Parts: sequence; C-alpha cells; structure tokens
Amino acid sequence: MAELTLLEAINDCFHVELGRDPDVMILGEDVGRAGGVFRATAGLRDRFGPDRCFDTPLAEAGIMGAAVGLCMAGWRPVCEMQYDAFSYPSLDQLITHVGRYRWRTGGKMRFPITVRMPYGGGVRAPELHDDSPEAYYVHTPGVKVAIPSTPADAKGLLAAAIRSDDPVVLFEPKLHYRTMRGEVPEGEHVVELGKARLAREGTDVSLIAYGSMVLLCEQVADELAGECSCEVLDVRTLKPLDEDALLATAAKTGRVVVVQEAPRTAGYGAELVAVLAEKAMLDLRGPVLRVTGYDVPYPYWQIEDAYMPSVQRVANAARKLLEY
Amino acid sequence: MAQVLPAERDLRRVIGDGDAVPDGEVDGLTEQDLLELYRSLVLLRTYDERSVVYHRQGRIGTYAIFWNHEAMQAGSVYALEDEDWIFPSYRESAIALLRGMPASVILQWWRGHPSGWWNPADYNVAAICVPIATHVPHAAGLAWGKKLRGESAVAIAYFGDGATSEGAFHEGANFAAVTGAPLVLFCNNNQWAISTPITAQTRAKALVDKAVGYGIPGIRVDGGDVLAVYEATREAVARARTGGGPTMIEAVTYRAAPHATADDPSAYIDLARVEEETRNECVGRYERYLERLGIAVDPQIKVKAQETMRRGIAEAEAEPPADMSLVFDHAHVEPLPSFESELRELRGG
Repeated sequence: MAELTLLEAINDCFHVELGRDPDVMILGEDVGRAGGVFRATAGLRDRFGPDRCFDTPLAEAGIMGAAVGLCMAGWRPVCEMQYDAFSYPSLDQLITHVGRYRWRTGGKMRFPITVRMPYGGGVRAPELHDDSPEAYYVHTPGVKVAIPSTPADAKGLLAAAIRSDDPVVLFEPKLHYRTMRGEVPEGEHVVELGKARLAREGTDVSLIAYGSMVLLCEQVADELAGECSCEVLDVRTLKPLDEDALLATAAKTGRVVVVQEAPRTAGYGAELVAVLAEKAMLDLRGPVLRVTGYDVPYPYWQIEDAYMPSVQRVANAARKLLEY
Repeated sequence: MAQVLPAERDLRRVIGDGDAVPDGEVDGLTEQDLLELYRSLVLLRTYDERSVVYHRQGRIGTYAIFWNHEAMQAGSVYALEDEDWIFPSYRESAIALLRGMPASVILQWWRGHPSGWWNPADYNVAAICVPIATHVPHAAGLAWGKKLRGESAVAIAYFGDGATSEGAFHEGANFAAVTGAPLVLFCNNNQWAISTPITAQTRAKALVDKAVGYGIPGIRVDGGDVLAVYEATREAVARARTGGGPTMIEAVTYRAAPHATADDPSAYIDLARVEEETRNECVGRYERYLERLGIAVDPQIKVKAQETMRRGIAEAEAEPPADMSLVFDHAHVEPLPSFESELRELRGG
C-alpha cells in the first residue's frame, strides 16, 4: 500500500481505470493541459492522449450534455465540474436527461456517466467555491451519489462510479484534497457503492456524517473520549443509502447526531433523520439531532468558520443527547 | 477545421411556383428518388393529420402538430445514411417512421404508454426531446464520439427557431464546432414559438447568421421545398462526413397549424398569412412539381399511408395496460434497494 493524499488517490485511480478500459474518457474545463485546477487529472493527457483527457469549452451544461451523446457512441465519460457551485448549469442536463434517459429507452441503452467535483468550504476561497450541493443531486431520480472521506475511498468509489453502468455523481472534499494522507491499495481498487464505512467503533453516541464532516466527527470522538464512547459512521454512498449500517449503529448506541456541512433545511441529513424516525424509533433513547450549516448563502471566507459545523457544536449535541 | 463561410441570406429553392419562378432540379436524383421523397411526405402528412383526429377522439394525449413541416423532415432524412443519427425534438416526433419504426410505437409515446419506449440504437433515432434544445449537446457528443472512434456516422439535430435562444443550443453548437463533430444543426424556423414571433425571439436578421459566430458554414433554405432541403442537407452531410465539421441549416417556413392540440393560435397569429401558407403547403407544392415534370404518382401511396396509421392505432390500442412495475424497472441498471419494498406496497402486499 502506498501513502497518498486524497488528490493523489484520485489521480492514481484515473491512471488505473483509463489504462484498464479504453472506453473511459475524461472531459472538463482545464483537465488536460493543466491537469485540472487541483491537478486531479495530471499526467493523463500525456499518457492517454488529448482525446481521452479532453479540455472542453467553458460550458458545464455542454459537458454534461455531450457526455450523454458520448455514451450513445459507446464511451464511458467522466465529467469534471471544476467547483461545486459551477456545476449548477449542468443540473438541467442531469435532471432532464441523464437521470431519465435509460428509463425512457426501456432499459435498452445505458448511460455510464461519472460526474465528479470538489465540494465544500473551509479553504478560504472566493465566493461560490465552497458549496455543498449534494441534496440537489441526491434528489434527482436515476442518479447515484457518493462522497468519499478518505484517500482509499476516493480511489475506490471513483473506480466504482466509472465501472457503474448507472450515472454516478461524486463529491470530493476539497478541504482534505492535500491535507489528508492515507494508505491506498495499489492497482485496481473498487469500493462497492451503497456500503457505509464504520470509521470508528463506539457504544454511547453515533455520529453520522459523510465527506469532510467524517474527520470532524472523529475529532469530536477524541474530544469526548473522557466523557463517552462515540461511534462514527461514514455514510459514503448517499444514494443508495446503506440503511442496514445506519439502523445498526442507531440500535447499538440509541443516540444519533447527524452532521452535514450543507444548509439545514431539506438537506441530506433530514433524509437520514427520516429513515431513523421510520425504522429506528424504538431503539432511540432521545431525539435525533442535526448539526449543519445554516440556511444562508455560504459566507465570505473571513467569517466562514462561523458557518461550518465545529467540534464544539457537534460535541455539544452529543452531550445534550447523553443528558436527555 | 471547417472553412468559415458567410451565412447565406437568400432562401435556396428548387421547386418553382409554376409561374414566374422556374423549377430547378437536384443533381443525381432519379425519378425513383423523387417518388421515394413523395412517399415520405405522404407518410408524415398522414401521420400528422390522423394524430390530430385521434387526439380529438381521445385516443392519444396532447399532440404537437407538424403539419407543413414534412418537407423539412423528409428532405433532410433522405440525405442521410442509415448509420447516421437523428436527434428529434417533439416537432419531429414521427420522424423515425422514415427509419422503419412502427407507427404504433410513436402513437404509444403520445398515449403515455411505456411501449412507446424504443432503443435509439435500433433506428439510430434518439429519444424525442421534450425540453427545448437540450438535445443539441447530445447530438454534438454523439457525433464527436463517433468521430473519435473513427466511425463515419453523422448526426443531425432538429430544433425550432425558439430553441436558438436557449443556452443549450449555444453550448451544443459550440461544442460541435470546437470538436469538429460531424453534425448538422437543423433549425426549422416556423417563425413562432407557441405565441412568440421570431421578431421577439432574436434581433438577428437571419437565424443562420449565428453560424458565423461558431465559425461554421450556414445554409438558408426554403423549408417548404423538399428538394431544396434535401440538397442543402446532402451538402452539409458530405462536409461533415469528410471532416469538415458542423453546418447550420435554417429552413424557413411558417407555422400554419396550432403549436399543439392544446393551443388556439387565433389569439396571436396572422390568419391571412396562415391561409396563404395553407394554400402553399409543402406536400401540395411537391405534388404540383411532380405533375409539371410529368411524373405520375401512384394513388396507392396515400392508401398505404392510411393503412399504416390504421394498423398503428389498432396495434397501440390492442397493447395491454402497462404493468406498474415499469415505474421502477429500468430507472437504474442496479436498482435501488428500496424499489422492491415499494413495488410490493404498490401491489398491496
């Protein structure tokens, strides 16, 4: 196993998957010559040629729309959206076509599109480089959504997305692109979609999160180590959700805090809470609490820390449940 | 890269008016070709007129009428090879008839029945695009993807005048131009987007002028002249197939029928102009052209088209009701785990 950053793991995955399947191609803004603004696709244009790591015009809906046609021509396109908030023009294509097309061919045609983008805040970036738009995507029928929180999962979930015959959207926690290192299996490495990961075992409170909030929850577990034992569940795949893993941790601890960086209302955390309300009520010793971003535009970076869920806010929610 | 040509302003015509404008001809078209084009026109016209009747009889749902658009569809498709891909908008809903699709499939689509599904690869005809212009990037992607694979197929995307105001049109056209995709951008300019006239849609003198901005050639053609449409498309297809990239065709006509069965244009349209267009509609124009050439048309062509529709609606209506499992089937290759229990609940289990 190699010790890689999250970004290096993504790049490694591309080298493996493009080498393995000649139908896989990457398209996006600045993915070729520059290797992506974060260098996630560095070296691929040189190795696989400009057609398989293609610098597109600056047109996100065009990228997603062209990918639909590329699928019809037998390709497995991987679309990079340069930033979370820049992906919104492509939602039109995702909602009206990508998520529907297979269904309306009676299952006769497949659309193995992967969409990936850096998401989330905390990186002192300009406006609209910090969003957590996963709920819009999860809500789109016909589309699967995953968010890795470790380098190994960044590689394995991307490989699963590329190999999936269904459209899959991946959000990558840009906060941890270069700051997180971890052991990553060499060569082919696939993490099955739809399986959560128990990031830390515990007995008293379950902290449930995905993406960059998983590390935060592990920090909370450390912070509370003298007071209680926290279990941390990394959801990993938002759709399809691993309900068994969610219900298992709720049954084990009886106390659940759901953490999401995105704005609160109708966020993905609300879906987790709803599943717990439907299926885990008798296991719960208190209400399921949410710690989330606020229902506000993501703030300028000098005050962004006030928006982000913090160790303190999550720890306080856990304490509240312990006292319930 | 495509040579940049100034977009044409004048409408290309082949069919004269039997009076001041003389008839022309298209190189290489035999009498058999001319009759084949006539068969296509009659089939589309019959489909359209029967569909309006079926709608009134409550046998199909809301229907987008394409009366007097047949020349654009028949002429352009005749310039394609079978390997070439067609990306229709709802105005071209029956265009796959020209590729041998049974009428019942298209009727079922308008009846909202899942047997109106088809595999685009069976006919090289993409699904009917209901939103405006969002299929233009698909056509660009397919054409580009075929080119990357070294295949010779060309794509054609049909859209209306209103679609040229959409971002998706722009992104698709630009994508195709940049990638040198073998694509024909076929604009059927019928001068109305439901109730919005072309003058409220654009300040461009001609829609085809937009081609200049993409660095691609543009052709402007009389959309009621099936031969002019054929010739223009043949030229664009040949350029695309030999590496010359996309071409934009603006076929100009006038919408002589309502936008759809749910529309009443008397509130906004120029009725005198509609009357004039109706008198000069594209199928009759072509019939008179053939007559002037002395080419006799077999009355069986119309009879057969009527039979095709009778059989189509009978087959559609004979289809058993769709099973409710089709709500879930095919939404994913790997279905969501929730589907199983949801279907069970739906079945009352």
